[in-house]
Amino acid sequence: MRAKTGIKSGRSRSFAEIRKHWQLFVFLILPLAYIIIFAYGPMAGLQIAFKDFDASKGIFGSPWIGLDHFQKFIKSYQFGRIIRNTFVISLYSLAARFPVPIILAICINVMRCRFYKKAAQMIVYIPHFISVVVLVGMINQFFNPFVGLYGNIYKMIYSSNAPDIMTNPSSFLHMYVWSGIWQNMGWDSIIYLAALSSVSPDLHEAAQVDGASRLRRVFSIDFPAIVPTIVILLILNIGQVMNLGFEKIYLMQNNINLRLSEVISTYVYKTGISSSGGNYSYATAIGLFNSVVNFVLVVTVNKIASKCNNTSLW
Amino acid sequence: MRKKVKNSTEDRIFYAAVNIIIAAVLVVVLWPLIFIVSSSFSSKEAVLAGRVLLLPVDFSLEGYRAVFKTGEVLTGYRNTILYTLFGTTLNVLLTLIAAYPLSRRDMPYRRGFMFVFTFTMIFSGGMIPTYIIVSELHLLNSPLAMILPTALSVYNLIITRTFIENSIPGELLEAAVIDGCDDFGYFFKILLPLSAPVIAVITLYYAVAHWNSYFNAFLYITDSRLYPLQLVLRNILIANQMDSAMTTDFDSMTSKQGLADLLKYSLIVVSSLPVLLMYPFVQKHFVNGVMIGAVKG
Repeated sequence: MRAKTGIKSGRSRSFAEIRKHWQLFVFLILPLAYIIIFAYGPMAGLQIAFKDFDASKGIFGSPWIGLDHFQKFIKSYQFGRIIRNTFVISLYSLAARFPVPIILAICINVMRCRFYKKAAQMIVYIPHFISVVVLVGMINQFFNPFVGLYGNIYKMIYSSNAPDIMTNPSSFLHMYVWSGIWQNMGWDSIIYLAALSSVSPDLHEAAQVDGASRLRRVFSIDFPAIVPTIVILLILNIGQVMNLGFEKIYLMQNNINLRLSEVISTYVYKTGISSSGGNYSYATAIGLFNSVVNFVLVVTVNKIASKCNNTSLW
Repeated sequence: MRKKVKNSTEDRIFYAAVNIIIAAVLVVVLWPLIFIVSSSFSSKEAVLAGRVLLLPVDFSLEGYRAVFKTGEVLTGYRNTILYTLFGTTLNVLLTLIAAYPLSRRDMPYRRGFMFVFTFTMIFSGGMIPTYIIVSELHLLNSPLAMILPTALSVYNLIITRTFIENSIPGELLEAAVIDGCDDFGYFFKILLPLSAPVIAVITLYYAVAHWNSYFNAFLYITDSRLYPLQLVLRNILIANQMDSAMTTDFDSMTSKQGLADLLKYSLIVVSSLPVLLMYPFVQKHFVNGVMIGAVKG
């Protein structure tokens, strides 16, 4: 798609050409400064994973100790647990979350009443804009067996107090995943709706003339139209499997569910920053381990995809 | 066209089924939201007795009175407004000046520069090294820590760049150059006015992100006078750190508990209100952003 520009390719770019466009470089100075300080700076800081970081000596002055932190992490009793939790949460999340927006988008696309359709779209997007703090606060209030909606409905039906599901450690997993679906199904459906709206009406008309029912056309016209989008998003999501965000999980953690809810990112925070005399080097090693696995995942998944499907992210 | 083809019974059932599914989805989405709002307008006795299901019971504004009596909520509100205002301004400026040269096909080393930015999307230093950098720049406990570390989102940069590449014709640049316009002049006189749609999109994205974020403040700010609203919310809603002064007017323990819950509901509404109030008017822009982003895949 990239149009050939008039510029001679290869190494023949002359100094004159840079000088001609010096103003463009001026624009880039501040953004580059930002990205170098706040994105590449921390990458350089990753070296403390192989060092015994001492704040008084700084990142570069601290002594090298090799792979000690990684060995310590792999041997620690937490290792198996947090890797397993990370995988369980993100795979469950992916499996449950992924199909919902697809079905939702197909349904919305089928709707014929314009007003109802617009209203439905408007409403399902709303939860996306609720902050994670408010969302977790809502979950806590909602599932409160005494004053929450869940408790109130239960009381109405069974006329007794609801069992306290918040104290059941395994409910964490379901609440985490399904509150995420509640929050983002609408927003995630936008991209599929966009793909569906580009389907030519001619296809539908031709199929109608041939006597295809609307349901039939969903499977033969609508669904095939969004398959490329589905594939790309699936790749994106699989690449992020180890990249479980910190914010929501940390807020949902409590002493009861910690056994099932401790994941890499929250563990990094706890060993590195929140514990007294935080162990920066050790926590960085854990974070780096995670980043590298993540990186390899993204790159591999994308390689495989571009080989067999010609859909690549870059 | 549609009139020609008669709807079969099968079709009618299918359309009805879809409408019912969507109706069910809307109930699931809306009920919790309405429940929160209704609870916040109910009396503390009704909330405590669990009598609220959908609509307010014993209408009262007690919860809101308690919220606005709470000093930390007001400070948090003010701080968040300031962080959002200054943060978003910086975000949009940086994004635009980065997107412009990267969208120019005649920019030398364009792909190399682009890679410098996009690489940070798939690999990052992570929490601890970033924390060390922020602390070595003496940004801990400074309002700047709320603005600088997130000064640019590469995702929004890509949206902006894609928009400029696809929606602003290259002939404009050629014409401008012939008229003696340099790269600065083109940016200010021609590109900026034409980029209004994408500027609206990224401004909203950045503003909502600032309004809703607690993570940076949680890591970098320990001085409670600098807390943004979300961090105050976190302490009250989730960590249950409620200042006893908020509820001292009430003697009995149950009354206190009732007010605590009522306060939480009201707080949720008060904190989400600005975003949700402007939402219907700007919804179009949010959706546009996803569409522009989708072009890139």
